[in-house]
Amino acid sequence: MLGFVARRLLYLLPVLLAVSLLTFLIASLLPGDLAYVILGDQATPDKVAALRHDMGLDQPIWWRYLGWLGHVLVGDFGRSFRTGQTVLQAVTERLPVSFELMLLAELGALIIGIPLAIACAVRAGSAFDRFVTGTAFSMLSVPAFLSAILLIYFFAVELRWLPATGYVPFSEDPLGNLRCFVLPALTLALGEWPVLMRVLRSDMIATLQEDYIAMARAKGLKPSRILLVHALKPSSLTLVTVTGINIGRLMGGTVIVESIFALPGIGRLLLGSIYTRDLIILQGVVLCVAAGYVLLNFIVDMLYAVLDPRIRHGHA
Amino acid sequence: MSGPALLTIEDVVVELPTPRGNLRAVDHVDLSLGAGRTLGIVGESGCGKTMLSRAILQLLPKKAKLSGRVIFDGQDLVRLNAEALRRLRARGIAVVFQDPMTSLNPVLTIGTQLVETLQEHLELDAAAARRRSAELLAAVGIPAPEQRLSQYPHQLSGGMRQRVAIAIALSCEPKLLIADEPTTALDVTIQAQILDLLAREQRRRHMAMILITHDLGVVAGRADEVAVMYAGRVVERAPTPALFKNMHMPYTAALLAAIPKIEAAPHTPLAAIPGRPPDQTRPLKGCSFAPRCRNVGDQCLRSKPALTTAETEGHCYACFHPLKISAGVSA
Repeated sequence: MLGFVARRLLYLLPVLLAVSLLTFLIASLLPGDLAYVILGDQATPDKVAALRHDMGLDQPIWWRYLGWLGHVLVGDFGRSFRTGQTVLQAVTERLPVSFELMLLAELGALIIGIPLAIACAVRAGSAFDRFVTGTAFSMLSVPAFLSAILLIYFFAVELRWLPATGYVPFSEDPLGNLRCFVLPALTLALGEWPVLMRVLRSDMIATLQEDYIAMARAKGLKPSRILLVHALKPSSLTLVTVTGINIGRLMGGTVIVESIFALPGIGRLLLGSIYTRDLIILQGVVLCVAAGYVLLNFIVDMLYAVLDPRIRHGHA
Repeated sequence: MSGPALLTIEDVVVELPTPRGNLRAVDHVDLSLGAGRTLGIVGESGCGKTMLSRAILQLLPKKAKLSGRVIFDGQDLVRLNAEALRRLRARGIAVVFQDPMTSLNPVLTIGTQLVETLQEHLELDAAAARRRSAELLAAVGIPAPEQRLSQYPHQLSGGMRQRVAIAIALSCEPKLLIADEPTTALDVTIQAQILDLLAREQRRRHMAMILITHDLGVVAGRADEVAVMYAGRVVERAPTPALFKNMHMPYTAALLAAIPKIEAAPHTPLAAIPGRPPDQTRPLKGCSFAPRCRNVGDQCLRSKPALTTAETEGHCYACFHPLKISAGVSA
């Protein structure tokens, strides 16, 4: 098992390297010279040339990449030229907010999706199954901004149960913190559960045809144990993959929801850095999100091994 | 048949809906089996053997329609409620499936799969169940049973897996064991070992067994009685010695002839049965075997022969032109 983890970690290195290169290229190849952006209306050819020299922008691109990579490796991602805040500070400040949102959203999606998937798989083709699958399809086509507005209307404006916008740090008021995450997390979960439900439902239907399920029934096990242990575990590989990919997607994809609910997360940092052309922040945030995505997939791989012993032993 | 029957199947019909119409997989089958005895069910693929066994086990596909009565130990399983049926499983009727590669759950350890069965039906605590599991593995000839408990099915060979499946089936001392082609998926060298293991455990536990196979040779020395199935019907049924001494049904004879013989000269062509089993969504008016039968006559195409009793006790056959009796009559 330890060898397996080490091997998988080793695979990560080239991926992370490629990620860093792509991130750097995206930021460097964006139109517009950073020096002009910084100097704004103060820009004269002399000043621009001087600043370019100071920032190393006159160096060849591969040299600049190596220099940047060297700094990144020792934890120096650069500093915003607008706020003076380092990338690391900005990201670590915002990350917990986005992370909490992502986790709660995905948790919500799993809580809605898994029981429905099991119920549908057991009664595949029934009216209940068709109703839930149909609902899932329509939920999938509702954009986040629409469900966000509807949720705010019902739960914040009409019922006044939850705050519409705003953020309270967990350390100040844990309950208030959770309350302000309910609606944004629910908004995201509403878009996520249909995917999880459909993936698990179809895998579960296939698993329920397996001989070992007939065997489990022949053994006289309780239906709950057959479904939750014998069928759910071998059916959940795709679910784990999709959940992992979804969490990764949510890392960068919470821009709209964070903006609507005024949550100070990574999404809003990213959006802000694009508006203000704060390329250093942009570059750092994209790198962090991408690296997080890669790490998440690593965790998914590890979960595979936990779920399926054949992967752990290198058979599959 | 000696003693009261443990299992009686009466007029069982299994129909499976298919896109081409209803497929009658089991067609009015009657059978009975006494406690501690062995019934061999023989027939080629698709003749309804497995569907019949699933009907007895009440494990038919959800869409299948079952009618008739399956009386086990005085209870009609067809009418039993789900919870009572569940309690009857493992302790009343257990099963060993054909392919041990697919019948064990790949993500659960051997130990879990044994222990859960024991704990469900017998009141054992975790430690006792684990001890008993190791004993069961040892009983079915698995070396180092303690270590095996924490292994997964993929870490065992096919023969070992089938032994595990047998250990699970035996775990709650069932009164009836259904072995559905238990050796078909295994290497030839392992087949005899597994069959001997089943026979030994059966004798030791005084358990009844239904041995399903396509190989008449398998049932020859092991079953007390043999039922030959064709196109969902039992076409010949007899105590094993009577059957092999005096088979009446041309299909049974053809099945026996199709077994390769060790004493045959090299490159002797196998006596295959020409043609294929009939399409069971389009039942024939006459005898189902008629299109492939050497002894076919006009009557065979017009009406279905009923299962009639032969001169020997307990021997029935469904044929208008039975072998031996009708020598010279066949066209």
